Amino acid sequence: MIPELGNFALILALLLAFVQGTLPIIGAARGIPSWIALARPVVQGQFVFVTIAFFCLAYSFVTSDFSVLNVAQNSNTQLPLEYRFAATWGSHEGSLLLWTFMLASWSVAVSVFSRHLPNDMVARVLGVMGLVSVGFLIFMLFTSNPFDRILPGLTEGSDLNPLLQDPGMVFHPPMLYMGYVGFSVAFAFAISALLSGQLDATWARWSRPWTTVAWLFLTLGIMLGSWWAYYELGWGGWWFWDPVENASFLPWLVGTALIHSLAVTEKRGGFKSWTILLAISAFSLSLLGTFLVRSGVLTSVHAFATDPKRGIFILAFLVVVIGVSLLLFAWRAPKIGLGGKFELVSRESMLLANNLLLVVAAGSVLLGTLYPLFMDALDLGKISVGPPYFETVFVPLMTPAIFLMGLGPLARWKQASLPELAVRLRWAFAVSLVTALLMPFVMGEWKLFVSFGLLMAFWVIASMVVSVMHRLRSSAKVGLFAKLAAQPRSYYGMHAAHLGIAIFIIGVTLVGGYETEKDVRMEIGEVVEVGGYTFRFNGVKKAPGPNYMADIGSVDVLRNGEKVTSMEPEKRVYNASGMAMTEAAIDTGILRDLYVALGEPLGNGAWIVRVYHKPFVDWIWFGCLLMAFGGALAVTDRRYRLSSRKERDPDPVTDKKVSGSTPGKIPTAAPLIARSKKA
Amino acid sequence: MKPRHKKLAIIASGVTALGIASILVLNAFQSNLVFFFSPTQVANNEAPMGKSFRIGGLVEEGSIKRQTDGLTVNFVVTDTAKVIPVQYTGILPDLFKEGKGVVAQGKLTDDGIFRADEVLAKHDENYMPPEAAEALEQADKARQTVLVQ
Repeated sequence: MIPELGNFALILALLLAFVQGTLPIIGAARGIPSWIALARPVVQGQFVFVTIAFFCLAYSFVTSDFSVLNVAQNSNTQLPLEYRFAATWGSHEGSLLLWTFMLASWSVAVSVFSRHLPNDMVARVLGVMGLVSVGFLIFMLFTSNPFDRILPGLTEGSDLNPLLQDPGMVFHPPMLYMGYVGFSVAFAFAISALLSGQLDATWARWSRPWTTVAWLFLTLGIMLGSWWAYYELGWGGWWFWDPVENASFLPWLVGTALIHSLAVTEKRGGFKSWTILLAISAFSLSLLGTFLVRSGVLTSVHAFATDPKRGIFILAFLVVVIGVSLLLFAWRAPKIGLGGKFELVSRESMLLANNLLLVVAAGSVLLGTLYPLFMDALDLGKISVGPPYFETVFVPLMTPAIFLMGLGPLARWKQASLPELAVRLRWAFAVSLVTALLMPFVMGEWKLFVSFGLLMAFWVIASMVVSVMHRLRSSAKVGLFAKLAAQPRSYYGMHAAHLGIAIFIIGVTLVGGYETEKDVRMEIGEVVEVGGYTFRFNGVKKAPGPNYMADIGSVDVLRNGEKVTSMEPEKRVYNASGMAMTEAAIDTGILRDLYVALGEPLGNGAWIVRVYHKPFVDWIWFGCLLMAFGGALAVTDRRYRLSSRKERDPDPVTDKKVSGSTPGKIPTAAPLIARSKKA
Repeated sequence: MKPRHKKLAIIASGVTALGIASILVLNAFQSNLVFFFSPTQVANNEAPMGKSFRIGGLVEEGSIKRQTDGLTVNFVVTDTAKVIPVQYTGILPDLFKEGKGVVAQGKLTDDGIFRADEVLAKHDENYMPPEAAEALEQADKARQTVLVQ
C-alpha cells in the first residue's frame, strides 16, 4: 500500500512539474499575471508530493518491505536502522529519488526566499527548474521506478553493499546531491536571464548567494567522500582521480570559477556572458556527473548500478539540456551584452585569469575522464588514464591561480598598478619564501616539492594578512574591534575560503612528502617502527557484529617506550553477502594520523598488517571545511538581507552603496520597474 | 595603450596561455595512457616490454602461492586460452580470490613474469571488471573461429 502511495505521489509530482515547467514561463513571456502567479503554489505542491514519495520509499526500507524490488536488492533485516534508512539512496533508483527530492527542496527554497524578486523572474526561474524536474521524474517513472514490486515478496533481502554500511553513506550522498542539484538554481537564473534579456548587477546579487550555497554543499560533499574513502577503503589514500571522484570535482572547479565570475558581475557588471556560460556548464557537469556515476558507463569503485539502457535516456536528456541552453545562449547572449570595461592589470583581469585556469583544469580532468570511454565506445581498445596525468597537469595549472589568489584581493577594480602591488606584497612574499625554504628542515628532510607547496600556502596566508591590515588601516572607524566589525561578512568569507585552500595545500604537501607506508608480516608480539612510533601486534580475536563476523586485531602504539594508544583494526565478513571488508583503525591527531589495517592471515596467528604514519593529513579535510565555512559567511552577508528589506522599504542609500563607485553605469532600474507588476 | 591594443593584448595573452596549457595537458596525457592487453595478446608478444600496462582475466584456481616473506604473492591470470604468471608484493584487495576476475597493472619482465604494482579487484562479489570480461570474451571468440576452421 505504502509503495503504491509513493508511486502515485511521483505521478502527481510529474503532472505538477509539467505545469510548473510550462505555464509560468509562457505567462512571463506573454505577461499573463495569473499564469505567473501559478509558479509558487505549484512548486510547493510538487515538493509535497516528492517528499511523500521519498518518505514512502524510506518507510519501505526501514520496515524491510521485501515485496519492493529495490528494497529486496539493497537491504536486509539484519542491517542496523540508520543504514536501512541510508539504503534509501544506496541504489540507482533511490539515488534518483533523492536527486529529485533535493531539486524539489531547492525549488521550494527559491519560492520562499524570493519575496524581493520580480514575479516574472521567479516564474521563469521556477519554470526552468520544473522542466529539469520533469526530465528526472519521467526517467524515474519509466526506466527506474524505485517502487517496482516483486510478487510474491521475498522473506529476506540481499543486503546493502558492505562498503556502503558506514556513517559516510548517511551524509556523503545527500551533501553531494545538495551541491549538484543546487547548481540547477544558478542554471535556472542564467536561463531566465537569457529568456528575459535582462542581466544586471541586481540579477547577480540574487543568483550569487544561491550559487555559493550550492558550492559550499558540493565542497562538503566532496570532502566527506574523500574522508570516507580514506578510512573505509583501507588504502589510506584521500583522492584517487577515480572517474566518479572526477565527476564531482568537475562541477566544483567550474562552480568555483562561477562564484568568482559572479563577483565581477555583481560588483562591476562585467563578465556577463561568461557568467551565464559558466552557470550552464556547472549544471551540465552536475548532470554529467549523475550520468557517469549512475548509468554504469563507468565501472569503478562507486558504480554499483549497472544498466546501460538507462544511460541512453540520461544521455539524451543531457544533450537536450546542454543543446537548448547553448542555442538559447547563442541567440540571446548578444542582448545581455558584455558589461563593464577594465584595464589589463585590474582585479577583473586577475579574476578572468583565475577563471581561465580553473576552466582549463576542468577541461583537462574532463579529457582524462571521458577519453577512455570514447576509446572504448569506438572499439579502439581499452585504456586508462592514471593519477600521474592529473597530477602533472594540475600542479602547473593551479600554481599561477594560487599566486593570483594573493594579488587579487589587494588589486583595485578597473585599474590596478603592478608596482604598487609589488611594493605592498614584497614582505609577504619574502616571509613566505624564507619560511617555505626552512620549514622542510623542521620536518626532517628538505624536499623541493614540499618547499614549493608550502610556498604556495604561506603566500596565500601572508598576502591575506597584508590585505586585512591594509583594509583595516583604511577603515574610518576608531579602535581595532570597531574596524574589524565594520568589514562586511562576505569579506571574511572570502578570506576564510582562501585560508581553507592554504590549509588544504599544507595538508596535501606534507602528507605527500613525509608519509610512511609499510606493509609488514607480523607475528604475535612482533614490533614495527613507523614514523617514530613503535607498533606492537598482539594478535587477532574473533567477535560477532550486528550483521557480520569480525577478526579484531589488537595493536599497541608506543613512543619512546611509553604507550600512546591501542588500535583495533578489523576484518569483517558480512553474513548476507559473504563479502569481506577491511575496517582500518585510525588514531587522529592535529599533526599526524596513525593508520593500521589488517591484510590477510598467514597462519600461526601471524597477519600481514598495513601500518601508516600520515603527517598533517587531517588538514586536507579541515581546509575543505574552512572553504565551506567561508561560503556560509559570504551568503549571510548583510547586503543580501538588505536587498530583501529593500522590497518593503526602497532605500536609495543602500542601493547606491551596493552598486559600487560608479552609480548609473549599472542599470538597476529595470528590475524595479518589473517589480511593480507584482500581484 | 589604446583600448583596441589593450583588447588585443588580453586576447593574445589568453590565447598564448591556453596554447601553453594545451601543450602541457596533451603531453602529460600522451605519456600517462595505460593500455590494456589480454593474456592472449601478451602471449602473442603484442604487449610492450618495459612499459607499464594492464592485464585482466581470472585468477586461475590453485595458482596463488605466497612466498616465505609473507608479502610477495605469485598467481596466474588466465583468459581461459592463455596464461600469464604474475608477481605482486603487498596487500591484496579484499575481493581478490581464485576463480574471480582481476585486473593488474605493471610491467612484463624478461623472464615472462608480469610484475604488478597494482592489483584491482572490484568491490562487489558478482561484478566482473570490464577488462577481465573482455579478455574472456575475446579468448572465447578466438576459440570459436578455430573450431570453425
